[in-house]
Amino acid sequence: MRYAETGINLEIDLSSGNIERVETDVKLTHLHLGGLGTNSRIIWDRVPPEADPFSEDNLLIFSTGLLGGTPAPGANRTIISAYSPQTLLMGFSMMGGFWAPELKHAGYDKVIFKGKSPKLVYVWINNDKVEIRDASHLKGKGAIETTEIIKKELGDPRVQVAAIGLAGENRVYFASIEHTKSSASRLGLGAVMGDKGIKAVAVRGTKDIYVAQPERFMELCDEILKYIVKREEKPIPGVMPILAGLGSPQEMRIVDEKWHTENFSWGNARKRIKDYWNKEVEEKWKQVQEGVRKRLVSCWNCPMRCAAVVAVPGISTYVMKCFSKLTYTMAAYSDLDFGFRIAQRATEYGVDGYTTPQVMAFALELYEAGILTDKDMEGMPPDTEGRFFWLLEKIVRREGIGDVLANGTYWAAKAIGKGAEEYAHNNIKKHEQLPIKLGMLNPVYFLMYCTGEKSNITQIEGQFPQAPFATLEEREDFVKDWIQVPDEKFKKYLLDWEPRGERSNPYYPTPQMSCEIVDWQEMMHYIDDSVGICAGLSSFPLKPPYHIHNYPMIISAATGMNLDEEGLKEIYRRNRNLLRAINVRRGLRREDEKPPEDHWKKRFPELEKQLLDAYYEFKGWDMNGIPKEETLRKLGLDYVVEDFRKRGILNQ
Amino acid sequence: MEKKVIKKIKVIKIDAEKCTGCLACEMACSAFHATPKYSSTNMSRARIRVVSDPLRDIYLPVYAGEYTKMECAGRDKYIIGGKEYGECDFCRASCPSRDAFKEPDSGLPLKCDMCESQPPLEEPMCVKWCLNDALVYEEREEEATEETKVEELDVAIESLIDKFGRSKVRDAFERITSKT
Repeated sequence: MRYAETGINLEIDLSSGNIERVETDVKLTHLHLGGLGTNSRIIWDRVPPEADPFSEDNLLIFSTGLLGGTPAPGANRTIISAYSPQTLLMGFSMMGGFWAPELKHAGYDKVIFKGKSPKLVYVWINNDKVEIRDASHLKGKGAIETTEIIKKELGDPRVQVAAIGLAGENRVYFASIEHTKSSASRLGLGAVMGDKGIKAVAVRGTKDIYVAQPERFMELCDEILKYIVKREEKPIPGVMPILAGLGSPQEMRIVDEKWHTENFSWGNARKRIKDYWNKEVEEKWKQVQEGVRKRLVSCWNCPMRCAAVVAVPGISTYVMKCFSKLTYTMAAYSDLDFGFRIAQRATEYGVDGYTTPQVMAFALELYEAGILTDKDMEGMPPDTEGRFFWLLEKIVRREGIGDVLANGTYWAAKAIGKGAEEYAHNNIKKHEQLPIKLGMLNPVYFLMYCTGEKSNITQIEGQFPQAPFATLEEREDFVKDWIQVPDEKFKKYLLDWEPRGERSNPYYPTPQMSCEIVDWQEMMHYIDDSVGICAGLSSFPLKPPYHIHNYPMIISAATGMNLDEEGLKEIYRRNRNLLRAINVRRGLRREDEKPPEDHWKKRFPELEKQLLDAYYEFKGWDMNGIPKEETLRKLGLDYVVEDFRKRGILNQ
Repeated sequence: MEKKVIKKIKVIKIDAEKCTGCLACEMACSAFHATPKYSSTNMSRARIRVVSDPLRDIYLPVYAGEYTKMECAGRDKYIIGGKEYGECDFCRASCPSRDAFKEPDSGLPLKCDMCESQPPLEEPMCVKWCLNDALVYEEREEEATEETKVEELDVAIESLIDKFGRSKVRDAFERITSKT
């Protein structure tokens, strides 16, 4: 009997049409939990490091987390993994919503796709009955449109659908996988899905999911709920309103965007507008936001309301979450109304809301600089907003210049040449970052930006405040009920962290402290991504309901494993090192680990070297960022050692 | 003579405007009614069902009510606040025309029992798990006529008789009980 998980993966070979239910080894659950952990293991074991992301060999894995579908609040994440066409490293993108719980109720922990379908298909998983169906009638359809058609076709409104739009079909490197109110957007996994010829995966499940210690597990879930209520009543003072509570940044609920509009950069991550937010803007944005927002909505079994049903008059309804509200707005130097309008189309086409606006702003900069010419931009309208819509159409269809831009700023700049590289200035590991340009280097963020396997800061940061509190009084107040710290020393780090003076950025927190803080942040994300709990209730916000002290009990009660804190930490380290090993085998090295050059105005090359050295040392990696033999062996990753040896990686 | 008694009436107040469609109510209901308690979740066993359609902004929690052997004639449409609902959407019945409110394996009817148990819960599980207050529990006292409560088993057997006929159910019952 398997608890929390089903113990069954669905293996679908699109080339041959073969479908199999495969029982998984429970040992792997004990070693890696599930979700991202077991996805990494499957990719390590089965996908050769030479494989092209657009090849039959690349596996595309849709996974539930180990706790997914159990009563644990927020256990709804779908963790999707494959080699990314953009970074060429392992891409892991996640989405909330309802898909993963439905899959587990259908009797599966994962769906693993290999091969390529000769024609466009969709996959219909209805408990034990699994079919590959023709999708020629869905070709070119929007992601939301596709979802609606499939639900109607299958005659069941409770079917959960993950679909790609035109961008995925055309293998745009930043194509997303869309699912009602959520999307797996980063790192181009929608393009991999399109390359495999899968338009959508529809799921319906009506089976039981069991837990090992029912009464105990429910008691722990009750505590989580109670904590959420208490925590929501007490927003954290001194941090921006969208980050004061739990959940994703509460941008659908809250209108106040002073922080983003003045601290994030506009255009192609270029310009900060320090006095942007005023009464007039606030009034106007309030009117726009409340005018189009029909309702705040939740993901499966989560009390937070991070998304909103958005209906702009004259265009079809969609659901928006989080920061895509501002990415188009700010990239085009426009306003919220434009943001809501273009995001609808972008959602239907299925593109990443972070990368896409930046690619378009990048193109317009190249045009202004004369690097792209009228010939490249033939037919482009004169106004910026019109140009954004025009570029979006070109990109998702891969028409003309859109075919180049569809590969993202890094690859586009390389193809365009003529100095275009200078304009692709906001990438890490070939991947577009949030448009943040700041003054003073923050050592903790420096390390996260450099070393995060995900290349997306919101999926690495959390737990620890982004900036020091101004007064000692505020700090003392903050640490009072900070039960989440893995060790009391973190309280001291925060108490001592000053906005100015000796104990301030960039030299404080010290490199050693910075490593410890980053390790804690990473640990929580890696656990969340393996058990399928949303970061919004765990690794992302300050003082979340899930933490390193209650997670072992929750996982144990659900699964029957006998985990303590040390055991869970070891699994985290194993998963962290395995993911690093996959990327090392794909060619990742120290020289790739750097933030955009202009991320901070004030840079400290010597300190930065010290920080990275300290981090590698802390992790048990060599100075090239490669896990050392003893580190790997301690975690039972001997097979990685053997492989590294064979490839000459350990001897470099 | 009918006997009048003071009864505690348990009410769940449903504010559909506050529903965010998270389905925690369905999940919690199924966990409470699992055997052993909380040992499994399966929303298709829930005695509450949220009719939801995000694109049309429809979120409607409905509780399972009486079992009925007949389909009704209700095919009407309701338009409320510009949103179109089917008559079935509001219906509590476990009826032959749909899968709702039936055990997925056996097809036996399900009915909300307000999570009555010993020791009693403070409020039904669905209400407890609805932190957005779309579901709120209330109690009030009312003078009512005493009624004989139909046992769950009676309803189940009755539904089997409706489905397979009296003699088949009797045969099956005798065959199975004589084995043990």
